[in-house]
Amino acid sequence: MEMLWFWLVSVMVAIYVVMDGFDFGAGILHLVVAKTNEERREVLGAIGPLWDGNEVWLLAGGGSLFLAFPKVLAAGFSGFYLAMWLVVWCLMLRGISIEFRSHVEDGLWRHFWDGTFAVSSVLLPVLLGAALGNVLRGVPLDGSGYFGMPLWTDFRLGAHPGILDWYTVLIGLFALATVAAHGALFLAWKTEGPVHDRAKGLAPVLWGLVALLWMLASYATAMVNPGVFHNLPKAPLAWVATLVFLVGLGLVFTGIRRERFLMGFVGSGAFILGLLAASAACVYPVMLKSTLDPAFDLTALNASVGVYGLRSGLVWWLIGFPIAVGYVVFLFRFHRGKVKAAAEGEGY
Amino acid sequence: MGDPLFWHRLQFGFTATYHYLFPQLTMGLAFLIVVLKALGLKTGEARYNDAARFWIRIFGINFAVGVVTGIPLEFQFGTNWAKFSHISGGIIGQTLGMEGMFAFFLESSFLGMLIWGEKKLSPKGHFGAALALWLGSWLSGYFIIATNAFMQHPVGYAMAPDGTLQLTSFWAFLLNPWALGQYAHNMIAAVVTGSFVVAAIGAFWTLKGIHAEQARLNLRVGTIAGLIFSVLVAFPTGDLQGKLVAKHQPITLAAMEGRFESGPRAGLTLIGQPNVAKRKIENPIQVPAVLSFIAYGTFSSNVKGLLEFPEDQWPQNIELLYYSFHIMAGLGTLMIALMGLAVLLLWKGRLDGNRPVLWALMLAFPFPYIATTAGWAVAEFGRQPWLIYGVFRTAQGGSPTVHAGHTAFTTLGFAGIFVVLSILFLYLIGREIAHGPASHKA
Repeated sequence: MEMLWFWLVSVMVAIYVVMDGFDFGAGILHLVVAKTNEERREVLGAIGPLWDGNEVWLLAGGGSLFLAFPKVLAAGFSGFYLAMWLVVWCLMLRGISIEFRSHVEDGLWRHFWDGTFAVSSVLLPVLLGAALGNVLRGVPLDGSGYFGMPLWTDFRLGAHPGILDWYTVLIGLFALATVAAHGALFLAWKTEGPVHDRAKGLAPVLWGLVALLWMLASYATAMVNPGVFHNLPKAPLAWVATLVFLVGLGLVFTGIRRERFLMGFVGSGAFILGLLAASAACVYPVMLKSTLDPAFDLTALNASVGVYGLRSGLVWWLIGFPIAVGYVVFLFRFHRGKVKAAAEGEGY
Repeated sequence: MGDPLFWHRLQFGFTATYHYLFPQLTMGLAFLIVVLKALGLKTGEARYNDAARFWIRIFGINFAVGVVTGIPLEFQFGTNWAKFSHISGGIIGQTLGMEGMFAFFLESSFLGMLIWGEKKLSPKGHFGAALALWLGSWLSGYFIIATNAFMQHPVGYAMAPDGTLQLTSFWAFLLNPWALGQYAHNMIAAVVTGSFVVAAIGAFWTLKGIHAEQARLNLRVGTIAGLIFSVLVAFPTGDLQGKLVAKHQPITLAAMEGRFESGPRAGLTLIGQPNVAKRKIENPIQVPAVLSFIAYGTFSSNVKGLLEFPEDQWPQNIELLYYSFHIMAGLGTLMIALMGLAVLLLWKGRLDGNRPVLWALMLAFPFPYIATTAGWAVAEFGRQPWLIYGVFRTAQGGSPTVHAGHTAFTTLGFAGIFVVLSILFLYLIGREIAHGPASHKA
């Protein structure tokens, strides 16, 4: 049951990254792929009806973590205190910029929100990627089950690393490139005209960068946490996940070459999902690794709640999850086809 | 001030209070929009849809601010209240997770359709979107209330040897009697907020002499709903809430009334200032025996005073608790009176021409906001010194590795963000009101 919940939480988080990832990506590229007001409204129109639902995966995933492994949530959220709040502030400013931008027909007003949207969209994946980096590298958890970390120290690893060090920043940049590339495919799929052309032009460059950073990040992870890859041979799920992300990567490049951008977008989703699932399979059952002593690791087994709670949660999870997936399918169908900028006074 | 707990509490209280200014309107409006859309469908008259369209714009702006100010609340459980989250996450994580799964997905999926989809959808489809938002926002409200109810009156759990609380009955927890009572009281209060805002806009346009048809419609809907729900918020739901407090939190009841001595035929204090050091109410104006009746249903019941309980179980902030309760109850009474008068005039066909009452309706829209905020202050100050009533103290709940320098920083950050948000919000709402309903005709 603990193992099942470990995977439910991992799946929710991975879906969150895939879903919010493409609207982060749209935000990262916003200023580059869309130059005129009309074009920017196209980008916003593409993600406008979806971004809020995408973010719900974070809340639902966080809720799943909370109910199954409250000790991990408590240690992680309080340990990464300042980074968490930077994430929250960026999420807030980003949401407001999407929602408020088109309410007022004024150039300065809209430039302000375009800037806020782009900056928060860049910072978020870097911070969230760095969070993943911290999970892979480990944190100074002690016998109390808690840890506290400054935002940064000297950017080196060691006994007292900061939340940001060279390794976690590298993972953050990898995440930034990945969601930007993911977003480029989404925009190439959903838009036409100049926005489509620019996104199409950027996609191969960005995916080249992703491939490069992926190798760099994997090499660095093996250096920082050699144990991670030792799990690989005995984790069949890791092999499945690896297959998924490799196939995803193949679809991405095929999709770009044949200008089949839906195929590419599905491929990039599979790439992210597979990569995160493979990471989860490698660290299982550890959820928060201690850099001080493996005995202080928080694992799916020592941090979970009782079986009754897990079982009750599973019942409603099994009802709720298909409904949530149903909404996503419904929304994509409702907004199918290429996006056009809405009339002034309406839409995003 | 160097105590991190002070900052944790200030930050949560501040961010939760600010956040709830927005959902209380969206939950209330969601209901009224469904009513307007239903009337539009039934009668086929355009004016109902015109009114709904205006309120959907207001709803959209409020909803956006509600979403972004709600995110920090979810995070604070883990960041600031790690010890509390650790011991109770297995229980309250259930409702918080369900809120995401069953309410937020529903709301976020249909929000765009409600706000921008009127042309693309059929009238029935658009009504469906309104219904989805109503259902979603009211479900969300239930899961939050159920979470809070566990903190007010914990049920369905057992304490494990390691001190964590484990769920033992999902249904007992989800259908906590406290949650049912508090939910009814709270949701009806949200409709009161919505009604007062609708009535205020109607009064404003009537006084200005603009948008005559919409002004009349809003006045009618706002005052009729306002009267019905202002009454319901006091009786039976407020009354029920009072009895729950009397039964499960008698110390809180005593502190709310500033009552130190025990005794039968307890009076209800209308006005007076609690002097906690001297253990008495100064300058009291009381109605004899009414408190006994409200709390226990008979005039002769004994209502215990604070002195009957150990002082380490008293709420720490008795003054604020006392005033919050009296402000809530006082404004609630005033709101019933105002809406009663307005509906009487409406019935006689004289509301449109009665400028003093129109002025009062226009200026009264902050009352339900204040009363609701005060009501939550009663619930939360009244819960002290416990984080989970009778089980786990607030002083035990903070994050062990987060210091005052962290939380002071983030609290100040929120103060800054909220100032900016407030300015933007008021600017956008002001524009919508200035545009009025006509300019958005499809």
